[in-house]
Amino acid sequence: MENILKEFEQDQKELIHILHRIQEDFGYISPQAISAIAKHLKISENEIYSVLTFYKAFSLEPRGKHIVTVCMGTACHVRGAPRLMDDASRELGIDVGQTTPDKHFTLETVNCLGCCAIGPVVVVDGKYHSYVKRMESIIKEYSEGR
Amino acid sequence: MERINHPEELTAWKSEILAERIPSKKTIVVSSGTCGQASGSLQMIDAVNQELEKKGLRDRVEVKVTGCHGFCQLEPNLIVYPEEIFYKNLKPQDVPQIVEKSILGNEIVSSLVFKDLKTAQKVIKQDEIPFYKKQERLLTENNLKINPTEIEDYIALDGYHALANALFNMTSEAIIAEIETAGLRGRGGAGFPTGRKWEICRKVESDVKYVICNADEGDPGAYMDRSLLEGNPHSIIEGMIIGAYAIGAQEGYIYVRMEYPLAVQHVNLALEQARKFGFLGESILGSEFAFDIHLIEGAGAFVSGEETSLMASIEGRRAFPRQRPPFPAQEGLWGKPTNINNVETWANVPLILRKGADWYAKIGTRRSKGTKIFSLVGKINNTGLVEVPMGITLREIVYDIGGGIQDNKKLKAIQTGGPSGGCIPAEKLDLPIDYDTLAKAGSIMGSGGMIIMDEETCMVDIARYFLNFTQEESCGKCVPCRIGTKQLVDILNKITEGDGEEDDLKKLENLSKTVKEGSLCGLGQTAPNPVLTTLRYFRKEYESHIKSKTCAALVCKGLIAYTIDPDKCVGCLLCLKNCPVDAIVGERKKVHIIDQDLCIKCGACLDVCPPKIGAVSKVTGRKMARILKNASGKRVEK
Repeated sequence: MENILKEFEQDQKELIHILHRIQEDFGYISPQAISAIAKHLKISENEIYSVLTFYKAFSLEPRGKHIVTVCMGTACHVRGAPRLMDDASRELGIDVGQTTPDKHFTLETVNCLGCCAIGPVVVVDGKYHSYVKRMESIIKEYSEGR
Repeated sequence: MERINHPEELTAWKSEILAERIPSKKTIVVSSGTCGQASGSLQMIDAVNQELEKKGLRDRVEVKVTGCHGFCQLEPNLIVYPEEIFYKNLKPQDVPQIVEKSILGNEIVSSLVFKDLKTAQKVIKQDEIPFYKKQERLLTENNLKINPTEIEDYIALDGYHALANALFNMTSEAIIAEIETAGLRGRGGAGFPTGRKWEICRKVESDVKYVICNADEGDPGAYMDRSLLEGNPHSIIEGMIIGAYAIGAQEGYIYVRMEYPLAVQHVNLALEQARKFGFLGESILGSEFAFDIHLIEGAGAFVSGEETSLMASIEGRRAFPRQRPPFPAQEGLWGKPTNINNVETWANVPLILRKGADWYAKIGTRRSKGTKIFSLVGKINNTGLVEVPMGITLREIVYDIGGGIQDNKKLKAIQTGGPSGGCIPAEKLDLPIDYDTLAKAGSIMGSGGMIIMDEETCMVDIARYFLNFTQEESCGKCVPCRIGTKQLVDILNKITEGDGEEDDLKKLENLSKTVKEGSLCGLGQTAPNPVLTTLRYFRKEYESHIKSKTCAALVCKGLIAYTIDPDKCVGCLLCLKNCPVDAIVGERKKVHIIDQDLCIKCGACLDVCPPKIGAVSKVTGRKMARILKNASGKRVEK
């Protein structure tokens, strides 16, 4: 953690960059991370907490091995995204924003990925699936080792 | 090539690049924006390279990987130059055939070219496809000529020449006058005249000033900025440097939303190149002007697209908007004068300086100049990005460019402007599009999302969708937006669930007015637009949801039921097996029945029932009431 923080200036403008970096490296922002950032930037833990809970990019808990993101943009919506969301939620037994108890899947939504022409779109671990009709096959594809 | 220290060196560099190019050389262009990559363009690039290697053609054929060409639905595609043969919807296994016929020979693989469904004719060249014909691709055209990771491609197309001219031959005032004469208006949504905005910021005295590129393209259904950022990042950077010089800014920021990883990557690379060759940093092109740009990655908050929120986010704080005035031009980033423009606006700047304000002002309508890029999506045959002159009619976009509605269905409405915009009914198809006519129709130009809706789209559901969106994205700072949008969603939910009451529409209208007038920033002030426009044009649809509990589009779950026609069902077990909640009972070759108490209305049964059987259907209103009445009291025995 200290090594990561050393790369950033001691200025609040670095806060979101730091949070991005920690989220990427550790998968979530731990209480220890929050206090380390607070010391580095000389701002309160409270301030950091307010910023990190404001933005969707950051999570306070570890996320699953596979991140399933259903695009909820308008174009995907009119092409059936809400049903995909329901399907995914039912298949995985979790709500949006939650992680399965075995930490295998986290289910998320995104407002628009800007690939509206090939919607509805579902992204798993950065891989785009276009013209998605059913969630079952996608979830199955990533269920190995579960 | 070393750092460029004088405009003459830039011209020389361009000549050098052009001299190295052989126009007759066979070139394969593969479009590989996010849409392309999602459709498999990376595999195509591999396949092309492998095939060229295998045939020993590496030196004779150039492979150029570009950004998005706009007709996303035909991805992955490639173009063979110099013949300009456009191949679409390819698979890696199509590559050997293309190389054999079109690279080694001069033939066309006719099974892989575009076929016009209307005329049944094959179209060989990309720009002869009806989708492209009516467009005026001033900004997007270069996307197919540029490898966005190589600055040389941009230089070859006169890139940074407008900057050189501005720095050495023009005063700040002259540049701003040129932008004003061109009539450029902000492409982010509101349409404020760009030249005037710059002039306000230029006049403010301050030792530190900033320029910002708003690339937080949050409107769902709009992705033209993504396409420009990914496909031609230098055009945006050049625009910003020119703007900074005119205003007197020393530092710039590009705020890109995190949902666009490829855009972030390409812009970062372009910034590095621009620094290396002396377009950014100290003494730009050997002049006395110094300026640099930083890229900031957003963190997933729609409200960051609002200018004061965006600046708060750059400062490392929550993206909360604040009261204006003071406007950013007076007090912006870190309290300093700041000029903020949208991606597409910045990309227009070098074009205007290169071709002249008078040329630019000839395009478009009296008060809206130039072109606008729209993302044509939804229930339309040709989906993709279209760049059209202002003043074109919706009809031309939907039918001539878009090729009409999918599956020959009927057009119902066109949604423009994202969550801040509204729905324009099909009757208004001949409306010429510019900032003012759209506003008059109750919608806005917005960032340029254009979502086509057919008879299977429920307008109450669309209003609910957008309000749900803005309610979730409301930052919570001001009460009208935080509580008002929540109440609006609750009422809309109630209506779509079949519990609507007569006075709900009055409540929606009153509340919408309050939210519009009382909210602090653009998000809240425009949030009720989707409700107000659908109420204005589709009031009957609301009324039938409330009074006769009917959703004619068969969308609202609370107002529909799935049913199996006993006369049509052949008892194939397909729906039964696919029902995720085991709500269907029946045996092979016996009629199946849906248990309405268990049914979650997911539609799986309708999807799997073979079209030639067509036994499963959705019903609403009286028919639904009858089915539920019959079902109640005699629960299906298992």
